Amino acid sequence: MEVVIVLIVLVVIAVVVIGIYNGLVGRRNRVDEALSQIQVQLKRRHDLIPNLVEAVKGYMQFEQKVLTDVTNARAAAVSAGAQGSVPQQAQAENALTGALRSLFAVVENYPDLKANQNVLALQEQVTTTENQISFSRQHYNASVLDYNNGIQTFPNNVFAGMFGFTKRDFFEAEPEAAEVPKVDLSLT
Amino acid sequence: MIRTTFYEQESANRRESVLLVLIVLVVLALFGFAIGYGTSGYPEAGIAVTIGALVLGGLVSVGSYFAGDQLVLSSSGAKEVDPQSAPQLIDVVQEMAIAAGVPMPKVYVIDDSAPNAFATGRDPNHASVAITSGLLQKLDREELQGVLGHELSHVRNLDIRFGLLVAVLVGSIALLADVFLRFSWFGGGRSRDRNAGGAAAIVFVLAIILAILAPIFARLVQLAVSRQREYLADSSSVELTRNPHGLARALAKIAGDQEVLEAANRATAHLYFTNPIKKFEARSSSMFSTHPPIVDRINRLRQLTGDPPLAEADVRALTGLD
Repeated sequence: MEVVIVLIVLVVIAVVVIGIYNGLVGRRNRVDEALSQIQVQLKRRHDLIPNLVEAVKGYMQFEQKVLTDVTNARAAAVSAGAQGSVPQQAQAENALTGALRSLFAVVENYPDLKANQNVLALQEQVTTTENQISFSRQHYNASVLDYNNGIQTFPNNVFAGMFGFTKRDFFEAEPEAAEVPKVDLSLT
Repeated sequence: MIRTTFYEQESANRRESVLLVLIVLVVLALFGFAIGYGTSGYPEAGIAVTIGALVLGGLVSVGSYFAGDQLVLSSSGAKEVDPQSAPQLIDVVQEMAIAAGVPMPKVYVIDDSAPNAFATGRDPNHASVAITSGLLQKLDREELQGVLGHELSHVRNLDIRFGLLVAVLVGSIALLADVFLRFSWFGGGRSRDRNAGGAAAIVFVLAIILAILAPIFARLVQLAVSRQREYLADSSSVELTRNPHGLARALAKIAGDQEVLEAANRATAHLYFTNPIKKFEARSSSMFSTHPPIVDRINRLRQLTGDPPLAEADVRALTGLD
């Protein structure tokens, strides 16, 4: 009789532990997925910029600096994404955001350009892309929170280390991001 | 109670929804047991009756579970849109889907100038969101984000499924009451079983009382659950946008609008963003409403930004009541 009870207890423990393990695997995978989603959004932004520059180039012959700034910032962001570390990539992307804002600030001075349907559509595209980058970072943080809670609360914390689950870091904005981005309205 | 973070509001809402469902479950179990034991004198019969009612109620709802969303969409005259026909709307839905971590739902527009929206679908992989052309015109991007965050939160929180669960429970109670009262009326009052004694007779009377009161009570609980889930969707929308202002402004704009949404009726009213049947909105602090009063919803959002509740004058201006 005691053997049966011991067996039942062992089975229950095994089921619970399996449940904990599977739950942690699921949460960790969600974190990884969220991370790669951020990359997807960043690439989307990179792909958008050549179209944008093409659309405004004809109207803005006197604004070469702003246009070349955006093109260069984009190139820097693409290469930082391919070869740089995560902080380097974040820095390059922030620089690109600043360059885009400068570009749209200058567009405000051109009434024809402001009313142009193509430019309006592209402006919406850029707005939504910036939002989507931001929301995918937010979602990443939410999934990291869920995962960290998962491995640190009881009883999961007892097994987490054993199974090799370690704490993940939140997406931190670079210190530069706390500064107000410089918007370059010069005509040179 | 003042709850200053959306996390606190969400936890409270979820706890209260679960509590309400448990209450209905207990009522169903008591009622079923009372019927079974009261008529036959066997406790086992009570358990059998309860399970039978649940199974029947479940079967009746299966169709609704799988085809319900298509039915609601076609009955409201909704037309699907794509990035060419409604770029900004699709963009905002996409943004909220990313923030919520759910797949992109199908997006529909209903041609009606009354501002409103709803979400339907049994889980995030089969979800649809519909919005009226009136709402699309009246709101700016930030407000639209708030409303669509609310709708996608209904999808993510599985509210449509939750609502169906509650409907099954309530439907089972109503079914039991109906069948029981019919059989008792036609001569089930005499206990034909040897086992029935004094205790069973008392329980039988209890069953009759429950048969009259339980369906009404269960319906009230169902409405309370619906209101809780609306508050939850508001808090979840703030979790997604991190911006209570957009949603609060959208609610204020809609509160001021007196138009009736033609496509909605009593059966579908609970699905919408605000109660589309306007005569209910004015006295919707009652227990009979599917939606909480708009002023309460705005005030809860104001708690999140540390603002005081709306002043009397603002409330009157919003609701047009005097």
